[in-house]
Amino acid sequence: MLSKSQARAFFLGGTVVTFLIFIGLTIYSLAPGNDQSNHDQITDQVVQGKHIWETNNCMGCHTILGEGGYYAPELTKVVERRGAPLIKAILQSPVPWAPNGRKMVAYEMTDEEADAMIAYLEWIGQIDLNGFDRIVSPLAKDKK
Amino acid sequence: MKYKSQQVAYWFFGLCMLLFALQIVYGFIMGFARIGMDNLHEWIPFNTARAVHTNLLVVWLLTGFMGAAYYIVPEEAQRELVSTKLAYVQLISLAVVGVAAITGYHFNIWEGRKFLEIPRELDYLVVANVLLFLGLILTTLFKGKRQTTTSLVLVMGLVFAALLYLPGMIWFDSQVTDSFFRWWVVHLWVEGVWELIMGGILAFLLIKLTGIDREVIEKWLYVIVGLTFLSGVLGTGHHYYYIGVNKIWLVVGGVFSALEPLAFLAMALFAVYMYRKGEKSHPNKIALFWTIGASIVSFVGAGLLGFAHTLPQTNLYTHGTLVTAMHGHYAFWGAYAMIVLAIISYAMPNITGRKRYNNTNGHLAFWLSNIGMLGMVVALGVAGVVQVYLERRLGMDFMAAQEEVKIHFVVMLINATLFTVGIGIYIYEFIKYGKPSDEALEKTREETVMVTG
Repeated sequence: MLSKSQARAFFLGGTVVTFLIFIGLTIYSLAPGNDQSNHDQITDQVVQGKHIWETNNCMGCHTILGEGGYYAPELTKVVERRGAPLIKAILQSPVPWAPNGRKMVAYEMTDEEADAMIAYLEWIGQIDLNGFDRIVSPLAKDKK
Repeated sequence: MKYKSQQVAYWFFGLCMLLFALQIVYGFIMGFARIGMDNLHEWIPFNTARAVHTNLLVVWLLTGFMGAAYYIVPEEAQRELVSTKLAYVQLISLAVVGVAAITGYHFNIWEGRKFLEIPRELDYLVVANVLLFLGLILTTLFKGKRQTTTSLVLVMGLVFAALLYLPGMIWFDSQVTDSFFRWWVVHLWVEGVWELIMGGILAFLLIKLTGIDREVIEKWLYVIVGLTFLSGVLGTGHHYYYIGVNKIWLVVGGVFSALEPLAFLAMALFAVYMYRKGEKSHPNKIALFWTIGASIVSFVGAGLLGFAHTLPQTNLYTHGTLVTAMHGHYAFWGAYAMIVLAIISYAMPNITGRKRYNNTNGHLAFWLSNIGMLGMVVALGVAGVVQVYLERRLGMDFMAAQEEVKIHFVVMLINATLFTVGIGIYIYEFIKYGKPSDEALEKTREETVMVTG
């Protein structure tokens, strides 16, 4: 029968080993050679877009890379689906954009802010998502 | 209650009740917005309501864990808390930081990262607050007469939870890296170190409620938390399938997250077996209901419903849909909300000296909230599956699919009302217990003298 000290050894040993493997896999998957995100294409404009994305908590309603609030559309590949002019118009609208009655906050962004958001969303759209990009975007799926 | 300083826990539990009630209010705002009734949009848009709803959840659970630690650690270490005054300072500063953060969300002041919306400036205050809390608990534990496995596992969970908050404070230019390390906080909290906290509280309650030998309970506690880390740490990979990182996570995340239900199954079997094996019939049946209930519902909510969409082949379609919300509600309810309500139910008669347990209201609160939550989860599950089918399989537009699932949110709101009535009764009972009393301390001492004498 298992003793308490054996149970403790199982807990501590298992914890140390799995944490070490986890850190090893983290280093491996974030190594430049394994990059799937086109990290070198992150421009200042993309970073500005990410900053706008975060400071307005867009993720509180939308999803990006499948993560967010499930209340408003997934925005991965949205530029491909809807086109930059429409997105820019929505971001700059002085009245809430409300498709099917579901309202979005009217952010009234400047040209610079809206362009940064589009640059950010375009960069997101180019990421290799291990097949999820084809599921999430019917348009992208049709093109294949 | 053996030590006067354990009374500190009462005020933490009181804050818990307040924040929990507020969390439910914001849940209703979100539910009504989903069926088209978003009249509060101008003041509380959905992203505000959501950030408040989820952050209040995290804060009230952490407040409950802290209250549990202030109640359990002195009793386990067999000494008074090193400083009651500082514990109250910690409580007040926690409440101030929480209120500041939530108020800020209404004025577009946040970080906009799911679950970690608290702005950076307040993050530093959170760190200071948690350091004060850990300082008080660790000093009490190590100055005490004994360091039991139960208290060590509980405190280890709290220390790891504090350490894991730090990766969430690093800024990354890339959304992919940002998301990667955000899960270090969120996943490793809820599917890792929080389970240590849950395990510690569960072990304490089982020792008290069943009368089973501490050595037996603590041995199995090690096995359970061992299984948690073995599966849960590498199980983080199920968040990395489709966010733009290497395919290796499809294999690692798939295999290890499929093993995660085992830890919850072990916890449920452990609790039920200990209850059946126990020779002591503790009169606080309400606490027993919440304790055993937490172990079973966490297995269903976190274990089974998590497994339902954790394999990469399934998650490819369910990732980023209401299926996740379904799993999230039942997992948080079973694993963490119920265990906090269990320790409150156990501690209140001991802190106040009023033995109001085993009354009709207590049972009503348990059943109504559980039935209501199950109904909410079923409604969310149906909405999620329909969304996946329409949007991901048939290629329907997001908003067109949302129109189709609207009716399920009406069902969810009806069940949420039932849930709210249950929680309302729980809070009413909490208030009826009244404030901490030194008589409770004297009674326990008299009982101890009678038993030992």
